[in-house]
Formats: sequence, structure tokens, C-alpha cells
Amino acid sequence: MQKLREKLMQGVFLFSACVSILAIILICVFLFANGVPAMAEIGFFKFLLGREWRPANDVYGILPMVLGSVYVTAGAIVLGVPVGILSAVFLARFCPKWLHKILRPMVELLAGIPSVIYGFFGLVVLLPFVRQTFGGNGSSILTASVLLAIMILPTIITVSESVIRAVPESYYEGALALGTTHERSVFFVVLPAAKPGILAGVVLGIGRAIGETMAVIMVAGNQARMPAGLLKGVRTLTANIVLEMGYAADLHREALIATGVVLFVFILFINLLVSVLRRREK
Amino acid sequence: MDKFTIQDLDLFYGDFQALKKIQMKIQPKEITAFIGPSGCGKSTLLKTLNRMNDLVEGCRTEGTVLLDDENIFGTMDVNLLRKRVGMVFQKPNPFPMSIYDNIAYGPRTHGVHGRAQLDEIVEQSLRSAAIWDETKDRLKKSALGLSGGQQQRLCIARALAIKPDVLLMDEPTSALDPISTLKIEELALELKQDYTIVMVTHNMQQATRISDKTAFFLLGEMVEFGDTEQVFSMPEDKRTEDYITGRFG
Repeated sequence: MQKLREKLMQGVFLFSACVSILAIILICVFLFANGVPAMAEIGFFKFLLGREWRPANDVYGILPMVLGSVYVTAGAIVLGVPVGILSAVFLARFCPKWLHKILRPMVELLAGIPSVIYGFFGLVVLLPFVRQTFGGNGSSILTASVLLAIMILPTIITVSESVIRAVPESYYEGALALGTTHERSVFFVVLPAAKPGILAGVVLGIGRAIGETMAVIMVAGNQARMPAGLLKGVRTLTANIVLEMGYAADLHREALIATGVVLFVFILFINLLVSVLRRREK
Repeated sequence: MDKFTIQDLDLFYGDFQALKKIQMKIQPKEITAFIGPSGCGKSTLLKTLNRMNDLVEGCRTEGTVLLDDENIFGTMDVNLLRKRVGMVFQKPNPFPMSIYDNIAYGPRTHGVHGRAQLDEIVEQSLRSAAIWDETKDRLKKSALGLSGGQQQRLCIARALAIKPDVLLMDEPTSALDPISTLKIEELALELKQDYTIVMVTHNMQQATRISDKTAFFLLGEMVEFGDTEQVFSMPEDKRTEDYITGRFG
């Protein structure tokens, strides 16, 4: 009886584990089965490197959107990573306990806010701010980058903080015993020791930024054309899919799915990078 | 002149009194060994000498410790104190960087940046710690690739690189094999010509082999302090005798 129950439970666990694996496999199959033939029909290089996206004329080039995603994400990294890492250093090494008790849950809350709310915030606060300060109409790479930078902060902060805390105290003590100040010990011994883990956190943040859809659509302008400047509008891969999926048919629809394939490959690559970094950490 | 003069030193961790009215004079260019059972306060006293106890929450001291007649709890800058009083830890703790950078870290912190000067300090420190021959061809390699014994000698070299007066060693060989232990002991004997060494050890043979003076601690009190030979052959206190003959501890 006991044995039977154990066998049964084992089966349940196995099934649960299989569900998520099955989901991933199904997504892969669906994406590639629908997307790859479209790419072949359009022409692989014409699709990836084409500079024009005009579904009405059956011209499908997604380079503008690839660059759009890359630029917006790069902007988010440039703005978000330094702030994120320094916040993590502060939380892990400088923050008094009572303040940590307030700040840490707030950072975690930041991670839980739905992206449409971020988008709303971007639309109502950031967009007018960029328009008034830097010119343009506000819907721009810059606005999207700033918004994404805020959105990836919790990922970078929480991962980096735990990595910094995991650095053996003996490194810190060893540095102090050489007559080093607290600040110098933290920045020149503890932080370098945490570097691989922090890098993994940053890459995780990149993954989040490149996959973000809703918030970006609300502030980026979404024009399907080659990015023309920091203050000009831009369309990302994710936005491309969402904006047109509702009415697309035939090759147009498949081209959108192929856009999804490209995005998926990006994400796969990023995840691969994370696991390589994690492994090197050990 | 005495290197350290400890007067009426009390130390508390919160409500717990870890050191009681310690009186002690530590002579320059000698090896002073602290012995005693676990929890007797010997490591605590060692860490008081370079104020590493400041890191422990709720730790406070009363009394004075003079380093060359200057009170280390007074106006003395704690980083300068630690520059003068180097420390080697129980577990080797090289930084996760190259051997060269490990040694150069201290001097760089204290404002030495010239390439040639750093090169010289690195070589000199590694030579003094008797590890130059093993490391000279791999200075740019990670220090974590060294063996435990080598790592500990590297840590000694790292401490020497900032030219301290005193070297504190907190059970420096307890994590090492016998051959590495022997090397560290030989090194300590070598180093006492230039440095004052204070060493905590669990190993009484080690104390007899290398120390000039020995202090025996029990429950936060310093029970006996004197020439090592004297302490081990004719202890004045019954408790010391019990401990060194292995009746407890």
C-alpha cells in the first residue's frame, strides 16, 4: 500500500514536471512550424535585413524592429545597470537595518507592478517630461529606455544584492585588516568577487527588457521605420506582433509569427548566456 | 620598549564579559603565543589588538591598549592602526584575484601606484613569505589556484606588503597539513627578526617550538604569562599545569 502510494505520487510529480517541458516544446514547435516557412517564402535575409515593413504591399523586413528592440534595451541597460548595481551595493553593505526593512520590500514591490501600469506612468509622467525637456513629441527611444530601465531595476537589484551578500565575509575582513576603508573594501574586493553573479543579474534584466511589450507600446511611438534618433519613435519586435496580430492574415500573419521566432531566439540566447555565467560563478 | 602595553582591559559582547582585566606587555621582535581552551578569549584579545572586534555588534572595551605608547582606542585612526598591525586569519583568505593583485592591493590602498615600485614590493613580500619561487612564474594567475599552505603564505606576504610592525596570527596553521604547518612555523621564526608576532594557537607543541613568550587564558582571564620554557616546564598556576598536561581543554 505504502509502496503503491509512493509510486503514484512519483507519477504525479513526473507529470507536473512534464507539463512545463511539454509547454516549452509545444511553443517551439508552433513558433518554428509557422514562422520558418514564412521566412523561407519572404527570403531569410530579406526578412531579417529588410529595412521596410509594408504589409499592404507584402514587404516584410524586420530590421527596423530588431534595431528598435536592441536600441531600447541598450538604453535601458546604460541607464538601469549602474543605478541597479549601486542600489544593490547600498542595500547589501551600507544600509542601516531599519532602512533595509523598508527599502527591500519596496524594490520587490517594484517587480510586482503590472507592466501596463508602468506604461501608464510612462505615458502620463515620462512622456511629457521628455517632450518638454528634450523636445520631439515625447514618444521616443529615450522615453522607452528610461521606462524599461526602471522596470529592470528590481531584477538587477535583487539578484545583485543576494550575490554581494553571498561573497564570503573573509574577503571583506581580509581587506579591512590591511587598513582599507569600508568603502574601498566593498568596491575593490567584495564587488569584484560578486562580478559573475551580478553579470547574470544584468543579463536577466536584458531578457526582461527585450521581452517587455505593453509598457513599451505605450511610450515608444511604434512607427515601423528605421530608428532615426534618440528622440524619434521606434517599434520593437514585441510591439510589432501585438499591434498587427489582431487583423493580420495569410503571409502577414505568418510574418508576425516569424517575428516571434526572432524574439524567441534572442531570449534563448540570453538564457544560455545566463546559465553559462551561473556555471562560471561556481 | 614594549610593543603593546595592555592595561586593565575588559571586553564585553553585549552582557557577556569575554576578557577580564587583562594586563600584559608584548615585547618587540619576539613571538608571543596565546594558548587556552576554546572560548577562553585568546582570539578575542588578538582581534582587539587591531580592533577587528569593532565589526562585532555589541562589542565594547574598557581599559587601554598602547601601541608604542599610543592608545589604540584613542584618536588613532583605525585604518592606520591596521596598517601597522597586520593580520593573518585562521582560514587562508586570498582575494579572488591574481597573486600579484593580492599583494599589491594593500600598497595601492595606501597610495603606492608606480608600476616599478609595486613590482618591487610584490617580489620582496613574496620572498619574505618564502613563496616567491613557487609563484614568480604565475603572478598573473588567480590566487585561488594555490594550495592551502601556499594561500596562507600568500596571505602572510599580503600582510607584509604594507610594512607593518606587528603581525597577528589567528591559528594560522589549523587548516593546514603538517608540511605546510612546518613551513609557516619556519617562516614565523624567520620573520620575528623584523616583526613582532602575536600568535593564537591550539597546538601546544607549536607554542613550545616557536614562541618566546606564552600566555595562558581561561574563561576570559589571563592565568599565566611568561617565558615559554618556564610556562611549559614549571608553570606557576595549577590551572596552567592541568591544561598543558592535558587534564582538560
